[in-house]
Amino acid sequence: MSTLNREQVARIAHLARLELTPAELDGLTPQLDAIVDYVQRLSAVDTTDIEPLAHALDVIDAFREDEPVRSLAVEQALANSPGRRGPCFSVPAALE
Amino acid sequence: MSVVTSRFGEAMTTPYETIIGLEVHVQLQTRTKLFCGCPTTFGLPPNSATCPVCLGLPGALPVLNRHAFQLALRAAAALNCQIPQRTKWDRKNYFYPDLPKGYQISQYDQPLGGEGYLDIPRRIGIIRAHLEEDAGKLTHEGNLTLVDLNRAGMPLLEIVGKPELTSPEEAKIYLEEMAGLMRDIGVSDCRMEEGSLRCDANVNIRVGDEVTPIVEIKNLNSFRFLERAVRYEASRQYERFQRDSSFRFGKVPKQTWGWDEVAGVTRPQREKEEAADYRYFPDPDLVPIRISPEQVAAARAEVGELPSQARERLASQYGLSSYDVGVLMGMGRTAIAYFDRASAACGDSKTACNWITNQVAAVLKETNTTLDAFALSAERLGGLIAAQKRIGLSRQQALDVFAKMIAEPLDADAAISALGVTVVSDDSAIVEAVRRAMAANPKAVSDYRKGKKAAANSLKGAVMKELRGAGRADVVDRVLQTELERHE
Repeated sequence: MSTLNREQVARIAHLARLELTPAELDGLTPQLDAIVDYVQRLSAVDTTDIEPLAHALDVIDAFREDEPVRSLAVEQALANSPGRRGPCFSVPAALE
Repeated sequence: MSVVTSRFGEAMTTPYETIIGLEVHVQLQTRTKLFCGCPTTFGLPPNSATCPVCLGLPGALPVLNRHAFQLALRAAAALNCQIPQRTKWDRKNYFYPDLPKGYQISQYDQPLGGEGYLDIPRRIGIIRAHLEEDAGKLTHEGNLTLVDLNRAGMPLLEIVGKPELTSPEEAKIYLEEMAGLMRDIGVSDCRMEEGSLRCDANVNIRVGDEVTPIVEIKNLNSFRFLERAVRYEASRQYERFQRDSSFRFGKVPKQTWGWDEVAGVTRPQREKEEAADYRYFPDPDLVPIRISPEQVAAARAEVGELPSQARERLASQYGLSSYDVGVLMGMGRTAIAYFDRASAACGDSKTACNWITNQVAAVLKETNTTLDAFALSAERLGGLIAAQKRIGLSRQQALDVFAKMIAEPLDADAAISALGVTVVSDDSAIVEAVRRAMAANPKAVSDYRKGKKAAANSLKGAVMKELRGAGRADVVDRVLQTELERHE
């Protein structure tokens, strides 16, 4: 059973800003499709009267108090950036 | 056809009905960001308030700010929202440089606030209210975009209103009421110039049975811009509607436009090439939150009296006119509490309201002070009002005593004796002054006797001058009237 087609995989790649060659697309489409099919096996389970689960952990209500902690220095914050101008990150022009 | 009231108060008829829904973002008044401990202080140097969490560095984990959650809950309670027993976090995925993680943490299908309403005083529906993190700030410079991530992760509450507003004026009033309420309950300072209150407007028009496509207007960063942009957009849509039969709801997708305040026009924004596809899914980094009935009750208690309730109470308890209620409420919640106390202290609510909305408001404005920090307590103002009535202080004398009481922590009687204010209440002295004033102003006397009762005011001024401002006001009124009627 096929769920995903090539166009859908190309679109997902674009949304994630991944540039795929036609050959990569040919290879990835059946792989991604197989993964989705595998996960879809879950829908065979009868979940009538079972509350939807939003999180895998059996933990709720994790909070921190509204207390400031020290931020990074500007130099540290920018340290890994491929581009900067003064105290700002710089990236190729993006349209608003 | 639709009748709206222009800003000059006259009714104007337009050949269409305007349909407006506002999306309002308020920044919550916290010390730190929504999911990390970076400060929310406005105006810090670029990128000086960032950390691995708000920079989206690998492995960094967000933890929810308890205070932000409590403020959001309070806001939802104030907007009469249905509050669920559980709420959760979702990732809204999109690729843009203002968002270092590649997604925004937001709430999708289980927002903290469900359906609610805001009375302005007409009831306007709220669709939902949810918490989310703000994005960074971009500056475009030539072929580069510069990114400041101080704002990334700031706590925002997005309040989505139903498209039930019917005029540009009403849209402005809604936003003002929303901002006033959020300030009153301590949820946000709502400073538009600092971005802590932002608004997008969805606008379309109905002409007969037909409806135009919705246009979302962004960048409405003042109350006036909102009103102007909506008015312009509605008339633009009507013009387009008349000459283009394909400009109908459903035939054209929703568009995003921006407001250009300098040119006074709305303009289409460049569309991204593909339709938005945010691929929401539950954020595995954050656990759901349970909201107990006790928490909801506590949030409702924190809200206290809503503006709509205050409006009703001020009218029914004190008999204030809707105008007075409007002016008093325009001064904020602290003014209502101040008025309650001043009124109780003097027993004359109408006079107390006049003092607060005129003299007190003027002093606050002149000295750029808030009522919380105002030197004259409500009880002492009440004392002044009571003394004015009891002793018969003239208007000028009362104002002098008022100024003295602001400058020094005296009660009314002490201020009156410190100033040496005397009141002439001796009938014979006042009768004499009235007669002199009448003799010196024969025109005003004859005007009065011809039925121009307002002439009494200028005569009263003349009598007060004769008495060097010290005449007991109620005695002067009585004697003046007797003297004027006597010779008729």
